[in-house]
Amino acid sequence: MLTRIVRTKAEKGHHVRNHTVKAAVLVAGALLLAACSTNKTESGSGGNNQSCDQSKGTLVIGVIAPQSGGLSALGLGIKNSAMLAVDQANEKCAVPGYKLSVQTEDDQATAQVGAQAATRLSSNANVVGVVGTLNSSVAQSVQPILKAKNIVQVSPANTNPSLTRGTDYGTNPKREYANYFRVCATDDLQGPFAAKYLVGKAGKKNIAVITDGKTYGEGLAGEFKKEAVKEGAAIAAVAKVGEKDTDFSGVINSIRGSNPDAVYYGGEYPQAGPLSKQMKDAGLNVPVMGGDGIYDPKFIELGGKEGDLATSVGAPTDTLDTAKAFVSAYKAKAYKDDFSAYGAFSYDATNAIIGSLAKTLSGGTAWSDGKRADLITNVQSYSAQGATGEVKFDQYGDSTNKLLTVYKVSGGKWAADETGTFGG
Amino acid sequence: MATLLQQLTSGLVLGALIALIALGYTMVYGIIQLINFAHGEVFMVSVFGALATYKWFIPQSWQGTWQIALPCMLVGAVLVAVVLAVLMERFAYRPLRNAPRLAPLITALGVSVMLKEFVRNFFPGATAAVSVPRAFVDKAITFAVPGGTVVIQSTGILLVVVSIIGAVLLQTYITRSRMGRAMRATAQDPDTARLMGVDPNRTIVLTFVIGGALAGLAAVLYGIHINTVDTEAGFLNGIFAFTAAVLGGVGSIKGAVIGGFTIGVIKTMAGQYFPGGTEYDLVWIFVLLIVVLVFRPQGLFGEPERVRA
Repeated sequence: MLTRIVRTKAEKGHHVRNHTVKAAVLVAGALLLAACSTNKTESGSGGNNQSCDQSKGTLVIGVIAPQSGGLSALGLGIKNSAMLAVDQANEKCAVPGYKLSVQTEDDQATAQVGAQAATRLSSNANVVGVVGTLNSSVAQSVQPILKAKNIVQVSPANTNPSLTRGTDYGTNPKREYANYFRVCATDDLQGPFAAKYLVGKAGKKNIAVITDGKTYGEGLAGEFKKEAVKEGAAIAAVAKVGEKDTDFSGVINSIRGSNPDAVYYGGEYPQAGPLSKQMKDAGLNVPVMGGDGIYDPKFIELGGKEGDLATSVGAPTDTLDTAKAFVSAYKAKAYKDDFSAYGAFSYDATNAIIGSLAKTLSGGTAWSDGKRADLITNVQSYSAQGATGEVKFDQYGDSTNKLLTVYKVSGGKWAADETGTFGG
Repeated sequence: MATLLQQLTSGLVLGALIALIALGYTMVYGIIQLINFAHGEVFMVSVFGALATYKWFIPQSWQGTWQIALPCMLVGAVLVAVVLAVLMERFAYRPLRNAPRLAPLITALGVSVMLKEFVRNFFPGATAAVSVPRAFVDKAITFAVPGGTVVIQSTGILLVVVSIIGAVLLQTYITRSRMGRAMRATAQDPDTARLMGVDPNRTIVLTFVIGGALAGLAAVLYGIHINTVDTEAGFLNGIFAFTAAVLGGVGSIKGAVIGGFTIGVIKTMAGQYFPGGTEYDLVWIFVLLIVVLVFRPQGLFGEPERVRA
């Protein structure tokens, strides 16, 4: 303390400045490192086919999905599959006069970052369409931004029904975003499909429901509860976990008293895996069932146990010829990451944009902002056989392909258990 | 009754973890009045350190034997934590020791971001959560209580026991040993301590070393108990530990431990019995913090007792 009082004013001023500068440099360095890891832009790699006419330049397909954080396993699969589709299109000269490339934006699975990503993409006149997002909650903030520029968006993974049919999707469906499409089935099918299986086929009558409080988890669990009660099961308990939580003992203890014979989890695998394991640790050894958000090998790696269940959209990828072709093409590219739960959907979504773009620009017309409306019309009428089955959209932008599959953890792997549609 | 005891048990296990991390916050604050926000990240990096030790430094044939794997992981994690803490002190905080308080605080936040991004970019697979093996007796112990049973994992028991022993040893060291006295002297008045022959740099480094070692210890126990880690693991646990330190009175070792256990128990109890359930458990923790600070701004064991490290 003494030295500080004795020190002259000039000395002090010098010290202050000096140290503040050092601190500022350190912080700047840290932020730079953070910035380096995001916003990677890649163009399709093997796309330089010399025999194609690419004289008019490059058109960009944006991808908005988590590339970092807990859900990056799904997001990286989405990115790689979109790149695969673009590479194949470039090899086949799918869009006359243009080379296609992919611009990936990391949304970190958060709505705010997703909105920034959408703004960045929409400011680029060469961005023709966007594949994404993974999370329904992120889609809510991305939709209006892309709509303002009339940019077509095809989501491989958004399952919340209100994104296409509005908040009263059950009673009074209304389409808000003409530019928004998705290639996967929605929660109002997936939740009830899971309930039918868990109550009807697996015979569970006292089910606890846990959610993570996000749009996806809440929507899925809500639809599940309705149908489970209709099927004759009781909802033993309802609880919520925090997105950053790792210790779930409190939640598990609170549902343990009601002796549930199964737990339905509305959320994603980073929490679901440890939750399943900690349930077993706490002596609550009953199956956990979830939606497509937990249908990932990571779920098992993080603690998902034998007998746990998940529903996912579409038929299992090893049953369709188009799916097998996708899987072998993906494997041939030797990407670092697995294609995960949404790879095939992302591939189909990207191909829907590419196919519609080719139709829009057929006859050698050049791309301009004026073509965006045509592109949306062409996506609306798009129809093809994709890796997930038929890719086609109804009047709300939903996929007409309503196939769902129940998977079960068996021998440390997800195995398909039952495929079907939910009718009713 | 069974539910109450079960929640209490879970709360104590969580509290033990928070207490171990909180000790690092409180010791560093006690001696240089710096809230070392990067301490939570030191904890997180050490979990990865323990995992790396397990994956790459223990021969496969020994990985299943916890009597070998656990001590190795502990050495790895503590080594990582201590080296990190010392480097942090030397290059980030020491140059700023006479600077206004704001500069080291901002630096601490910067270091925290840097460590998180470093692990995410350079540890294979750390872009998402990775699993950590349970390198201990994998057994749940069940007690019969009126109205049901209480289950506790063997790793949970280990966590509580180690945490309490660690805190008692630390307290003894601070109050009884020669270096402990030097630390207390530096905390009270660095300049007078120097006149009495105490080397402040050495004392401060030692404080960081002890804080880091405790974080490393917490990291291994967390890894084998929770079995999963991602780069965000330091954030919530760091916030809990910081809150525990403030609640108990920053600078007090007893306060940090009691604060840690209080927060753990409040979190599980609030999730069970308070309005809002598990959705609002964090709210109640901070309501408690605010109430305590309104009536005792120095925290529960702050000024009057002053067991500063």
